[in-house]
This record gives sequence, structure tokens and C-alpha cells, in this order.
Amino acid sequence: MNSPNAFEVRGMNLHYGSFHALKNIHLDIPRNQITALIGPSGCGKSTFLRSLNRMNDLVEGCRIDGDIRMDGEDIYGKIDVNHLRKRVGMVFQKPNPFPMSIYDNVAYGPRTHGVKSKAQLDALVEKSLKDAAIWDEVKDRLKKSALGLSGGQQQRLCIARALAAQPETILMDEPTSALDPISTSHIEELALTLKDQYTIIIVTHNMQQAARISDRTVFFLLGEVIESGETEQIFSSPADKRTEDYITGRFG
Amino acid sequence: MKILCKHKRMISVFLRRYHVGSRLLNFVVHAAAAVTVLVLGFLVAYIVVRGVPNLRPSLFALQYTSDNQSMLPAIINTCTMTVVSLLLAVPFGVGAAIYLTEYARRGSRLTRLVQMTTQTLSGIPSIVYGLFGMLMFNSALQLGYSMLSGALTLAIMILPLIMRTTQEALSAVPDMYREGSFGLGAGKLRTVFSVVLPSAMPGILSGVILAIGRIVGETAALMYTSGTVAKVAGLMDSGTTLALHMYKQASEGLYLNEAYATSVVLLALVLLINLLSAKAAKLMVKGRG
Repeated sequence: MNSPNAFEVRGMNLHYGSFHALKNIHLDIPRNQITALIGPSGCGKSTFLRSLNRMNDLVEGCRIDGDIRMDGEDIYGKIDVNHLRKRVGMVFQKPNPFPMSIYDNVAYGPRTHGVKSKAQLDALVEKSLKDAAIWDEVKDRLKKSALGLSGGQQQRLCIARALAAQPETILMDEPTSALDPISTSHIEELALTLKDQYTIIIVTHNMQQAARISDRTVFFLLGEVIESGETEQIFSSPADKRTEDYITGRFG
Repeated sequence: MKILCKHKRMISVFLRRYHVGSRLLNFVVHAAAAVTVLVLGFLVAYIVVRGVPNLRPSLFALQYTSDNQSMLPAIINTCTMTVVSLLLAVPFGVGAAIYLTEYARRGSRLTRLVQMTTQTLSGIPSIVYGLFGMLMFNSALQLGYSMLSGALTLAIMILPLIMRTTQEALSAVPDMYREGSFGLGAGKLRTVFSVVLPSAMPGILSGVILAIGRIVGETAALMYTSGTVAKVAGLMDSGTTLALHMYKQASEGLYLNEAYATSVVLLALVLLINLLSAKAAKLMVKGRG
């Protein structure tokens, strides 16, 4: 708990069947900061993200070795995976609200983890929706279906849903790639306000986005971490030629 | 405007002159649709015309006698048969489908085996089920001619149908719902029952509706198992359903008019079930979606 890092990854390798998707990853992810994972498609950044809450467990033929610690605890050791996923929330690329009411969507996490009292749920739903900056838009139609919301609203609802489970870390897997520019800026502002309370790790294809919101940036290429450090430093004076080529748009 | 009209006329001339094949196809598909509707319309009209004049209040008396061919007992038995068969088949069918789509490894040997079995089972003629039911439930298990043997036989018959429709409905639920639920720390059980099953409900329901249709219309599988006694039957008594009742009336040749009356009621019953279940499905989707 004393370490400033939420995650410490040491010598991690990931295989899909015979494909070596992540190679010998060493990485520290500091608490209460936004860490951006960038890199071209297929470089393993999403795969890496999904190994932090063990979503890769659902993929057949996926093997992970090495050491991933969250607050010093080996998350591939003897832990309750459901509890891990409660502590490490996730927002997906495509907004995926459940086909139920807005209220039920947000209450899903707390209910899963045993919150039953109506008053407690009400308060939690309201707080989460407020924290996700969507309360004013939905407060009059909490009982209506979540599928009636716009894409950007749906994504903020998904963030609220993740917040309601009271996580410590939020993983965002290209959360704005399916959204228009205005919704994107909403989500970015939101991420900036949330980092006081949460550790945020965001995968993005959008270089400007990484530069705008993240404190630290990690550059992945072909399953390897090429470079990681302060965002400013990565974008102004990258140490590696490949990082420079990528962020200046020479490939990707 | 003038030019546009001229243009249009040219196109229609063009079509008329050069697209004989297209116009032929147009005619053929229209004719096919018309024939289908006509056949169905004729069938329904014929039954209604022959049956409705024979619908007398006495046909709905609680007691069946050879003088008064009342169909009320058969209607009640049909309902009993439907409910009991569904109670037997739906839990197993839906349960098996949940196991196959959510728990078993996709494409494993077991899933393929079950898949093949259900496909084969759904192709077996119902008289074979009837024979099996008679040997198995009536004789071996000593249930005799009874509603229960009938329901057990029908349950086996509709099991593959319910399983396959449920399986399809479950597979159609997008994986992103499952991921969303797992991502919030929900376990498999909660994910399946709170997110996946409700989303698949309309599809599952349509499978159940098809099953009801088969139960209400079934004769061959019941002839040897539930028997043809036309009185209100308990589970262990022999009792006839509406379709079987009609078959008996028609095959004996003495009660053709009553058979037509019965078929009108059967038709109305099937129509009613379809309407009700369509409404139920709509309500269910509305409540959630």
C-alpha cells in the first residue's frame, strides 16, 4: 500500500495459443494518475489492459506468466477474480449498457456486491451519475431504458456504472473511438476530474488525446513496451527513434 | 418537369421492351404470394363455413356423451396437456441450452454430440414418439393410458425444439453484455441470469410458442399414450385433447359436422395462443428495451 504504484508488472509474457502477444513487460503504473497506452493496432495495448482485470481469462488459449501485482498482491495468485474486477473497473470501446433501465444499469455493480437497501442504492446511483457528469441529462428518466440514450451518453452511463461498483482503478479501452468530437471532449474532461479519486489507464489511438489528458504514456510496439515515461517527455523528446516515428505519424 | 416526364416514359418503355425476364419474375413472385394466401384463405373459409353452423351451445357441455359430442372436456384436457408438457420440457430445454452456450466449451465434442442429437430428434415423425411413449411410459413404467404419459411423450418431443430456439436466442445476445457484466465483478451465474437470459427472453418465448403449437396440434404421439377418453381427465386418467378428439370424430365417420365445429375451435385456439404470445413478447421487450 505504501508504494506509489497501483500496478507493478514484472517480466510478464502473454501467449494466445502459439502467438506471443506480449513480450517481457516491465511497467509501473502510478496511483491517481492517467496512464495512456498508445501504439499501432495489434501491438498488444488492449491485451495488456485486459490482463489487469483478468478479462483475458475469458479468452480460450490465453496464457500469462510473469508477475502482475496490484498493491503488492499477485493478481494471478489465489485471489477472487470477481473481487479483482470490482476493484478494477472497465469501460469498453463500444458503449455497452445493458438492455435495462438507466437506474438498473448503474445499480448492477452494487447489487452484485450485495448492496440491497433502496436508500443506499439510490444514493450510490445518484452519486455515480453525478460523478460521470450525466446526472442532469438522465435524472428525470432513470426508469427508462438505457438504450434510448445517445452514444456519448451511453458511454458516460457505462462510466457511471463502473464507478458505482466503487473501484480503485478504471481501465478504459479506447472509450471515445466510437464517439463524436463533442462527446469525446466530455469523456476527456471527465477522466481529468476522476483521476483525483481513481487510477486511470486508457488505451487510445488518438495521439492528441494521450497528450491532452495523460500524465504518463506507454508506447507499445509488436507486443513490447518500447518506451514509457512522463507524457510531456515522451511527446517532446522521445528517447527511442520508433516512438518518435509513431507519434509524429510516420507509421501507425 | 416536362423533360422529367419524358424521361420517365422512356424508362418505362425501356422496361417494357427489354426486360421480359424481369417482368416475368415479377409476375411469378406475385402469383406465388397470391396462391399461398388463397390456399390458406380457402382452407380457413372452408372450415369456418362448414364448422360454424354446427357450433351449438350443447357442444360446450361439461359432459361428453355419444349423443352430445361435447368438446369442452377435450378443450380442458388440451390446456392441462399444454401446461404439464411445458412444465416438464421447458426447464430441461432451457437449462441444457444455457449449459451448451454459456458453460460448455464452444465446439467441444459434447456440444457437437448434443447438437446432432437434437437435430436428429427433431426430425423423427411423431408417431414414433407415440410408440416409444406407449412402450416406455404406458407399459414399462406402468402409467397406463394417462395424461401424464401423454405429457411425458410430448415433453420429449418438444425438448429439442425448445433447446434449439433457446440456444439460438442465447447466442444472439452480444458478447459485450457478458463482458460488461464480468467487468463489474459479476460471476457467471449472475451474468447469465441477470443479463443474458432476460435479453434472450423474446427468442426463448417464441420457441415456447412453437412448442405450444405442436402440443395443441399433436395427435399421433398422443393416440397411444394419453388415449381418447373424452372426459375431463386428471394426470393419471386417460383423456383426449382437442386435436385427437377431432381425429376420432372424423375417422369414425359419424360425427363429421361436429368434427368441423371442433376444428373451428382448434383454429381459434391456435390463433389466440399466437396473438397472446406475440403480445407477451412485445410487453417483455417493451419493459426492458
